[in-house]
Amino acid sequence: MIVLEKRPQPSRAWSLMTPVVAVVITMIAGGLLFAALGKNPAEAIGTIFWEPLFGEYAFFYRPQLLVKGAPLVLIAIGLSLGFRAGIWNIGAEGQYIVGAICGAGAGLAFYPMESVFIFPLMVLAGALGGWCWAMIPALLKVKFGTNEILVSLMLVYVAEQLLASVSLGLLKNPQGFGFPGSRNLQSYESAFNAELIEGSGMHWGVVAAFIAVILSYVLLNKHILGFNIRLTGEAPRAARFGGVNPTRLILFCLGMSGMLAGLAGMFEASGPAGQISIDFNVGYGFTAIIVAFLGRLHPVGILLAGLLMALTYIGGEIAQSNLGLPAAAIQVFQGMLLFFLLALDLLTNFRIRFAAKGAA
Amino acid sequence: MDLSAINPVLLIASLMVAATPLLLAAIGELVVEKSGVLNLGVEGMMIVGAIAGFAVSVETGSPLLGLIAAMIGGALLSCLFAFLTQFALANQVASGLALTLFGLGLSALMGQGYVGVKPPAMATLDIPVISDLPVIGPIFFSHDPVLYFGVFLTAAVWYALKFTRIGLVLRATGENHDAAHALGYHVIRVRVIAILFGGACAGLGGAYISLIRVPQWTEGMTAGIGWIALALVVFASWKPWRVLLGAYLFGGINVLQLNLQAAGVAIPVEYLAMSPYVITIVVLVIMSRDKTSAPGSLGRIFHASS
Repeated sequence: MIVLEKRPQPSRAWSLMTPVVAVVITMIAGGLLFAALGKNPAEAIGTIFWEPLFGEYAFFYRPQLLVKGAPLVLIAIGLSLGFRAGIWNIGAEGQYIVGAICGAGAGLAFYPMESVFIFPLMVLAGALGGWCWAMIPALLKVKFGTNEILVSLMLVYVAEQLLASVSLGLLKNPQGFGFPGSRNLQSYESAFNAELIEGSGMHWGVVAAFIAVILSYVLLNKHILGFNIRLTGEAPRAARFGGVNPTRLILFCLGMSGMLAGLAGMFEASGPAGQISIDFNVGYGFTAIIVAFLGRLHPVGILLAGLLMALTYIGGEIAQSNLGLPAAAIQVFQGMLLFFLLALDLLTNFRIRFAAKGAA
Repeated sequence: MDLSAINPVLLIASLMVAATPLLLAAIGELVVEKSGVLNLGVEGMMIVGAIAGFAVSVETGSPLLGLIAAMIGGALLSCLFAFLTQFALANQVASGLALTLFGLGLSALMGQGYVGVKPPAMATLDIPVISDLPVIGPIFFSHDPVLYFGVFLTAAVWYALKFTRIGLVLRATGENHDAAHALGYHVIRVRVIAILFGGACAGLGGAYISLIRVPQWTEGMTAGIGWIALALVVFASWKPWRVLLGAYLFGGINVLQLNLQAAGVAIPVEYLAMSPYVITIVVLVIMSRDKTSAPGSLGRIFHASS
């Protein structure tokens, strides 16, 4: 009979190993899934994980890794702060949308004026938009004890409707021949979040993601606020006795994650996407939840996990066009990853013993 | 704008149809939460139930088999959740989210060949004379069997929780799992059964959308109903009859906003479409002042050693 024995301390080795093992198991299970769909599993896995990095057209796909990874990392860093303290913001998708609308809106308000101040203003507007959207669940939780999970999620649907509304109305391109969607910011120099180095995929959002990783590392390891976040997550009672103010913590964690998600949305709208349109959001806010867990809620881990998840997006697109693998298969693949990760986490906190029945 | 085009009798009849998926999912989740488990994967189980039921009823031509398949589909997916939270002792919030993300992907994958297909229709109740009565007929006596089953299920869950031994054990497990364990009840077993029941209910609710309410298959067609069901359980303070009331209320709001859209009210469509979600938030705010009715062990991990 299998007996679980709680470890006195979570195992560090397993904590580092589980994401790797989870990825390997997901590849195997994913291979089985692809085989069930009638594809050659080895070829499909190879296309997803090898082709974008080392394949014939890798020069084209490698920059994409940064473009797709940046919003994931940016959002996941914010989410991880809250997740560590047991504050569950799962509405990052909504904050991402609102940040994009506010950022792009701020830029479009000045069209066609050219100025170096426009882009920084858009960054501020995007951050503020995401922050405000996240403050709704935060304030409701603080004031009324409302469940932040449900409120933040409901606000995703509200944000999606808002997005539809502005792309058909307020921000619609007056010269767009009646098509929904805003002006293309890529052709508006002052508002365009262009590549900093030609052909590298490096835009301001990527820079922001790297800065966020570093700052959150410093925050969690060197600052009293980061310590309080970790303490609240690991020992809520001790945190209460230690005088940690839960209200401040909720406002900070939700506000921060909203701000980062808003920034991610703004950088996406002004750069790779180029415009606000009805189908502007592609679920980065939800995938970032997987990224945050896969990265063990650790800044460096999240950076690596974000790049890996970006790889599955890009590889998935290649597999879609080359092998005819359905887009949903990649979504299932990403979902499976989170399952295996959560299941394997058992090994971090518990020791598995095989004991004779009756002995336990 | 022409509000006179809205027929109150039809409004109430369609309100009951709109409320049923919500009711089924929320009653399932109520039982799960009463056992002390918070399963945030309702949306995922609903959408998998929706496509499982749709696919099976299209292939076999029998709506009944489809509904059964949907229940099995939802329960199978909830097995994953049960394994993660009860045996691998994973965080319930994270596992529930995983279930939803996975379910949305899985349903999109399964549903590829079914876009634009029409499912076989479910027969509605048709009692001579009674179903043809004005007002009462369309409201009470001419729906599909699943709608009546939803009401029956509410009554059954209410009765089971209040008057039976099973209900007592379930509530004990949810209120204080350590005490229940000390009394010799199998906490894990009770919870796994509750989770499976919740999965089956959510699956049935999902299939009700794809087979009866809409009836067709589109990706992500549950559109947050699973999450509203979760909110509904809080709204109802974990009481079955209040779930029914809440479901009809939300169903009413949804039907009303659709009717207002159709009637061409001066409010933009997007703002009407976001109203059910906004109202859910408002209701949550009002109801969450009272925390006393939540099961004591809700969301806590049980392990016999600790």
